[in-house]
Amino acid sequence: MTQSIWRMPRWFHQMGSPKWFYDFGGILQPWFAVAAFVLLTWGVVWGLAYAPADYQQGNSFRIMYVHVPAAILSQSIFLGMAVAGAIGLIWKMKLAFMVARSCIAIGATFTIIALLTGAIWGKPTWGAYWVWDARLTSTLVLLFLYAGVMALNQAISERQVAGKATAILAIVGTINIPIIKYSVEWWNTLHQSSSFTLTSKPSMPADMYLPLLLTVLGSYCLFALVVLMRTRTQILQTQSGTSWLAQHRDITGA
Amino acid sequence: MYFESLDALLNMAGHGPYVWSCYGLFVALLGINIWHARSQNLKALKQAKALVRRNQ
Repeated sequence: MTQSIWRMPRWFHQMGSPKWFYDFGGILQPWFAVAAFVLLTWGVVWGLAYAPADYQQGNSFRIMYVHVPAAILSQSIFLGMAVAGAIGLIWKMKLAFMVARSCIAIGATFTIIALLTGAIWGKPTWGAYWVWDARLTSTLVLLFLYAGVMALNQAISERQVAGKATAILAIVGTINIPIIKYSVEWWNTLHQSSSFTLTSKPSMPADMYLPLLLTVLGSYCLFALVVLMRTRTQILQTQSGTSWLAQHRDITGA
Repeated sequence: MYFESLDALLNMAGHGPYVWSCYGLFVALLGINIWHARSQNLKALKQAKALVRRNQ
């Protein structure tokens, strides 16, 4: 019984094959690159030049089109990293550790963007670049968690051990994600509530809301692109002595 | 376009420096990330090719 719960379908194990991932990732990569470029350009141009100004915040609200995607991605990448780490720990899948490792730099980058653009947006809106508010502080803690995961990953030379340690820290760190998400409801805060939810109708007009949807989707595509590139790099580094890679067209040029 | 001129778009009624610096950060930091991932990929590919050549 226990065994049947933990037995995963064939496609799941296929995904754990470095050769399969390298080939499939190579097919997906250009599509994600094009989608990220088109969606982000469309969303940014629409948000900057065509969306109407906010009746309260004026034009500073346009920062939302880069701040909100960065904030959403910073949290979902951390969750994704923890899920990949858990898969690696449970099913002993080395590739899952590689995916988790590939999430660190891009996740930390989105967190830095969220913090910096939030600080810049804070000046015209609240009159201060930084306040020790629950949402801002918990997002800063998220950056420290990314830094911790990155340091731990680089401190351990044995890849498998580093993958396990990173996975455990990422799983423990996910406790911060609901704190970030609900901080605006649990505590009195200057930060506004979510601009964007999957369950309710947007409170903004479509001209303001759709560019945000485009930049969020474009950011997810960009994240997928970077994770594919970094994971395929790790496959090249760890599989370089194998016969499948020696005969691969990327190596032979045929 | 929402703005009447290019000047108005750049100035954004005084909010221009805040808005444009945020977009600049977004493009620069993500651009660095993509560039780094790409250069690491090319480096690994080069090393893998060299290893195969040595083993032949």
